Amino acid sequence: MPRRTMIEAIRDAMDVSMARDSKVVVYGEDVGFFGGVFRCTQGLQAKYGKSRCFDAPINESGIVGSAIGMAAYGLKPCVEIQFADYMYPAYDQLTQEAARLRYRSNGDFTCPIVVRMPTGGGIFGGQTHSQSPEALFTHVSGLKTVVPSNPHDAKGLLIAAIEDPDPVIFLEPKRLYNGPFDGHHDRPVTPWSKHELGEVADGHYTVPLGKAAIRRAGSALTVLAYGTMVYVAQAAVEETDIDAEIIDLRTLLPLDLDTIVASVKKTGRCVIVHEATLTSGFGAELSALVQENCFYHLEAPVARVAGWDTPYPHAQEWDYFPGPARVGRALLETMGA
Amino acid sequence: MADAGMLRFHVPEPEVRPGGTPDFSNVPIPKAGSVARPEIDVDPRAIRDHAFSIIRVLNRTGEAVGPWAGLLSSDELLAGLRHMMTLRTFDARMQMAQRQGKTSFYMQHLGEEAVACAFRKALAPGDMNFPTYRQAGLLIAHGYPMVTMMNQIYSNEADPLKGRQLPVMYSSKEHGFFSISGNLATQYIQAVGWAMASAISNDSRIAAAWIGDGSTAESDFHSALVFASTYKAPVVLNVVNNQWAISTFQGIARGGSGTFAARGLGFGIPSLRVDGNDYLAVHAVAKWAAERARSNLGPTLVEYVTYRAGAHSSSDDPSAYRPKTESDAWPLGDPIVRLKNHLIALGVWSDERHAQAEAEILDTVIAAQKEAESHGTLHAGGKPSTRDMFEGLYAEMPPHLRRQRQQAGV
Repeated sequence: MPRRTMIEAIRDAMDVSMARDSKVVVYGEDVGFFGGVFRCTQGLQAKYGKSRCFDAPINESGIVGSAIGMAAYGLKPCVEIQFADYMYPAYDQLTQEAARLRYRSNGDFTCPIVVRMPTGGGIFGGQTHSQSPEALFTHVSGLKTVVPSNPHDAKGLLIAAIEDPDPVIFLEPKRLYNGPFDGHHDRPVTPWSKHELGEVADGHYTVPLGKAAIRRAGSALTVLAYGTMVYVAQAAVEETDIDAEIIDLRTLLPLDLDTIVASVKKTGRCVIVHEATLTSGFGAELSALVQENCFYHLEAPVARVAGWDTPYPHAQEWDYFPGPARVGRALLETMGA
Repeated sequence: MADAGMLRFHVPEPEVRPGGTPDFSNVPIPKAGSVARPEIDVDPRAIRDHAFSIIRVLNRTGEAVGPWAGLLSSDELLAGLRHMMTLRTFDARMQMAQRQGKTSFYMQHLGEEAVACAFRKALAPGDMNFPTYRQAGLLIAHGYPMVTMMNQIYSNEADPLKGRQLPVMYSSKEHGFFSISGNLATQYIQAVGWAMASAISNDSRIAAAWIGDGSTAESDFHSALVFASTYKAPVVLNVVNNQWAISTFQGIARGGSGTFAARGLGFGIPSLRVDGNDYLAVHAVAKWAAERARSNLGPTLVEYVTYRAGAHSSSDDPSAYRPKTESDAWPLGDPIVRLKNHLIALGVWSDERHAQAEAEILDTVIAAQKEAESHGTLHAGGKPSTRDMFEGLYAEMPPHLRRQRQQAGV
């Protein structure tokens, strides 16, 4: 099976979707001729023409707003916001329009759009190239929010998102674009070609939205993670030698609660890990759900390891990013509690 | 050299406040028939002045004059008159229903009936409007059932939107009427996207975007103009300048100079201003802009100069911020009276027939209202089910909503 980077997998997902369905159109800033600042759309304009893949003005609200209009017409736009940090001008369109269109019109109009946005830190991106705004989407009824962690999932989830009849926010951890990253910034990064999840089948396949994946089976503790933190959690588990079960959520909304609850009921302990800031982050929702659904099985308080409640700094990158040492401490504390 | 002393902050004010005498003498009103009618493929730079003038067809004596006249038969005009009269009667009944507590909220079109009613007649089947909350004339003029509109206003058991939306936030794909949102200006860029999609699909359908004077200050107005200009989208960008955004006079959105139409010039978009109370002028300009879009010549911006004669909504009292007599002083008059006088001048209408039509329309609207009320009103009779609250958010209900629906006991 061919190995691909996450960039190649994402590009392949759009290629496959555009070939299968002439209603799929791809656009955003620098997405057309240039092929995207991360190369995710390279070659698509040459292959499908400027009517299917094109450059957009620097106007996020315009990109998302026009996509909603296109979807109302009957197309399936898959648009890009260059960095998740720049989605805020489109927030009105995403939350008040895309999310509500089906509901408020009682199905008269629908909004099958995908909004791709590179997310997450660990790249010295500073305040506006590192944010993880997923909680600002999961709080919005009507949206679906997806965060892949590897090339295989990225392709399958993106095709599923494009084919989904509802608006999907597709957050791509840019730190994982070229290879998995476990938070050990002082070690060389291995490329996806050396990783089994870099195996990406040719042609069409989907990974269903709303289904988590168990990355490591274990009995002592459950780790809930997504995106880059899946690998950080794996490193922390290896370094602490705790028999943890690592769940890669993949879709945050709708959430695979069954897989989470089954795991925590088995292990009795739960550590939640995300890059986003702690307060009112998605971890709070996960923690509440675990507490509500697994209370009598819990042997320790549910722990959260997250970004600090500060803007994402530049120089202090590795003091901010929740790396394997911080996650490892939380695992040990939860085991000792 | 200018005074380089202390800076002074400028806040525009309307000419007159409550208690004052309305004065529109400084609003330049060109003579009917005086503005040229260019070819639809005109270079926008050649009609720059159109963004600062006002296209008018009906003159003071009710004659249709000039290059924009002559597009509609008297039968079509009689139908247009009926649409405007119907909308006005509908408004009056629904405003009263709100006062009677049969619904929570209503918004009238008083004085602006010509804009949407005449525009609708310039569209072809399949075209899509992206209206604001003050274009119900698009529905009335297209034969959308009044009972269905009332069912939506009453949020009753027959409400097509299942009680989820505020009154007047209609939606009808079948009638080319996009779902209305409470968030201003959002639909303006969506209309451009719809038009882009039509072009991408090599279709022949066009979109019409709608916005009020106040909402042009929203950033999505700018987004729409940029995208429409960049991609030459087949869209008519309508700005209904009714002088007021709730209590805020249009100078707050526009500033002290220029016009809303002039906003389009910087984007290279042909931009026209039209007498919004002149049914014939609105229709002629709409048809011109629609033909331009359909001929792949790109977008047109149209500013309709009109006056919001009624309150902003059933929750508003305009006497707190403008003179009560201001609408009577409005120099472009009343759209219904003006078309009526034109039809009388043509010899196809009379005061007697007008009075008779008014009575007939009132009967029709009351009959529709009775039928709608048989399905319930906001606080009485049939209503949407609690289950409807949970349904239709996603194509398929996700597990967490199923759990919440269960908790709600439905």
